Amino acid sequence: MQMLPIILFVVFVGAVLGLSFYFARRTQSAKGYFAAGGNIHWAVNGIAFAGDYLSAASFLGICGMIAVVGYDGFLYSIGYLAGWIVALFVVAEPMKRMGKYTFADALDAKFNSKGIQLVAAISTLVVSILYLIPQMVGAGVLVTPLLGLPHHVGVMMVGAIVITIVATAGMASTTYVQFLKGSLLIVFSIVLCISLFNRGLTTEPDQGGRVPFYKYETIKAEVVGDKIVPLDKMAKNLRQIEYRGKTFVKLQRKDTQNWWYKTVSEEGDVLLWESQSEVKQSDKRIIINGSPISKDNQLRQVGNLEKIRGKTGEEAKTGRLSPFEFLANFANKDTVIRRWENSSFEDGQDKVTVFYPILTPGNKIMRPGLKFKVQGTPLEKLDFVSLMLALFFGTAALPHILIRYYTVRTPADARKSTIVAIAAIGLFYVLTLFMGLGAMSSGVVNVTSSNMSAPLLAKSFGVFIFSAISAIAFATVLGTVSGLIVAASGAVAHDLLDRFSGALKSDKHKVLAGKIAAFSVGLIAIVLGIIFKGMNVSFLVGWAFAVAASANLPAIMMILFWKKTTAAGVVASIIVGIISSLGLILVSPSMYVRYGLDPATAPIPFSNPGIVSIPLSFLTLYFVSLMTQKKKS
Amino acid sequence: MLHEPAASSGPDNASDYKTQLGIIMFIGYLLIYAGFVVINIVNPVLMEKIVFCGLNLAVVYGFGLIIFALLLALVYNAMCNKREFDYNEPEDKGGK
Repeated sequence: MQMLPIILFVVFVGAVLGLSFYFARRTQSAKGYFAAGGNIHWAVNGIAFAGDYLSAASFLGICGMIAVVGYDGFLYSIGYLAGWIVALFVVAEPMKRMGKYTFADALDAKFNSKGIQLVAAISTLVVSILYLIPQMVGAGVLVTPLLGLPHHVGVMMVGAIVITIVATAGMASTTYVQFLKGSLLIVFSIVLCISLFNRGLTTEPDQGGRVPFYKYETIKAEVVGDKIVPLDKMAKNLRQIEYRGKTFVKLQRKDTQNWWYKTVSEEGDVLLWESQSEVKQSDKRIIINGSPISKDNQLRQVGNLEKIRGKTGEEAKTGRLSPFEFLANFANKDTVIRRWENSSFEDGQDKVTVFYPILTPGNKIMRPGLKFKVQGTPLEKLDFVSLMLALFFGTAALPHILIRYYTVRTPADARKSTIVAIAAIGLFYVLTLFMGLGAMSSGVVNVTSSNMSAPLLAKSFGVFIFSAISAIAFATVLGTVSGLIVAASGAVAHDLLDRFSGALKSDKHKVLAGKIAAFSVGLIAIVLGIIFKGMNVSFLVGWAFAVAASANLPAIMMILFWKKTTAAGVVASIIVGIISSLGLILVSPSMYVRYGLDPATAPIPFSNPGIVSIPLSFLTLYFVSLMTQKKKS
Repeated sequence: MLHEPAASSGPDNASDYKTQLGIIMFIGYLLIYAGFVVINIVNPVLMEKIVFCGLNLAVVYGFGLIIFALLLALVYNAMCNKREFDYNEPEDKGGK
């Protein structure tokens, strides 16, 4: 275990807790606890917005996705940022004028309806919890390699620290935590990108000389009958398996047995590509690349440029590059990237996962298509449209974002905060493209989890930067989780206990209830973060966006802009939005994979529900409102 | 009282203007964003075309959407500030 990352980690967490206790002494009232007294400066609030928004999904998930599938990961950056347009132009000022502490207050400002208070609070809770899961999973992913602790310990540590922050000082401390985190994240990302440009590109990355480049082999073969016979006399076909249109061959070659991936070239040559494999045997032994797993035998990190503008080796080295040159090299059609995908199947009683290479030209990497099938069937294209819709409309409907509007004094300050946020977030998302492509080409991608791509890219530049980025990434999780817990505890204490049930009589009781709620929600987050270990963080955040866009946004927008909106319409649309979006997600192909079923048998062909659930929620609100108009006397 | 804002704010005579302006700008941005989505599903290969300094349309359009959002926000803020200055009482400019 290295000491430097741990020292940086402890120092950083200590600073965060110190800020929390300092501000705790200034928080006496419910107003102070839930909305920071309305006195946060707009510039601080703007950076805090960015710190709140740039969660584990943004930093770890997007960079990781770009590192594996290229531009398709950047679509999340575009969509997440574009969502702020809805927030600023449509929602920001009217919401500030309407609400007191929470999103439910804003919805209920006109009606004072028990129904709205209840469903809006439930919606806040559902979205907050969905958003909490990937953050806690991200915490486990970060802490494990950093401190050498198991996943569940990492999750418990984050939960305990965040509960302490939130329960002592509520919004005030989370604002300054997020301001700190947002600033550091952007500054560090700039440093990492500059380092990338200085290093330049090469076809044989060795992480600054730290990790020798491993050159994967390709051998020719022929098909005799139905058996694949390698033309390399040192190789022997032990077994071959067809799985979902792909062929894998287990070769005995030199001293090892390993799985290779078969393709046929345009000229008709049969090629076998050296791959990596993880075999879980029935006696629980794990075999990595043909040998038992050990400290010295692990799956190798991957990712490199096979050719740069048609050149390889020394000739291909670019030296220092400008940002545009960096991207232009990737977009060139004669640049070839060695990406990696995987397939899992059973070989007798063994469970085999093969991580195999795919050579992809740069012009395909640098536009959508590798993950989202924009050239596929109409229904596959619909999935892409649905995702872009959910991202665009989801931001303004996230309760832990909306609540931050109330931490500044005036509508004008809310506007300025949002602009500062857009600038900071926009800059960061531009940087994600560079960091993701940098990871893709630097031999740092972990084949089992792309989430670590950005930190591992930093590690290739040295331990200090790795330590810093890991501490910042941890703070990323701290900041987002604390904001979510404030939003969720507000929903429970303020919306449900105070306004809906009338159970709380004094300000002191309200603050106490908020702190108990924060503790309880924190515990739930810990449990879920342990249960959902291994799930892709971007995918999980996509859920939260889809549910927020379906449940919250129609209600917000129609209340702001359509005078015929009724309380019944709002209640119905929130309920329909939650049920339809969650329901569609649970029967989607992506979830079928998680259930262990064939995704082709899923009842719906797309994984993003927005294109159905968002319009459905709007229509529900419209029709129910028309049916429940009050008659004029 | 249940529905007061966290901090008090005076009357805003520029409110309707800001709301209308926001909607117009939102629709303008939505059209540009929709253009990005439409090109990708109708003619995705067009996104490979090199259009500026070795960058393809996908990158230029994507960066453009991000930069355009910020520019639009700055214009919106400037126009709203001017309107608030012209139409609101001095203690309401910026509000309390």
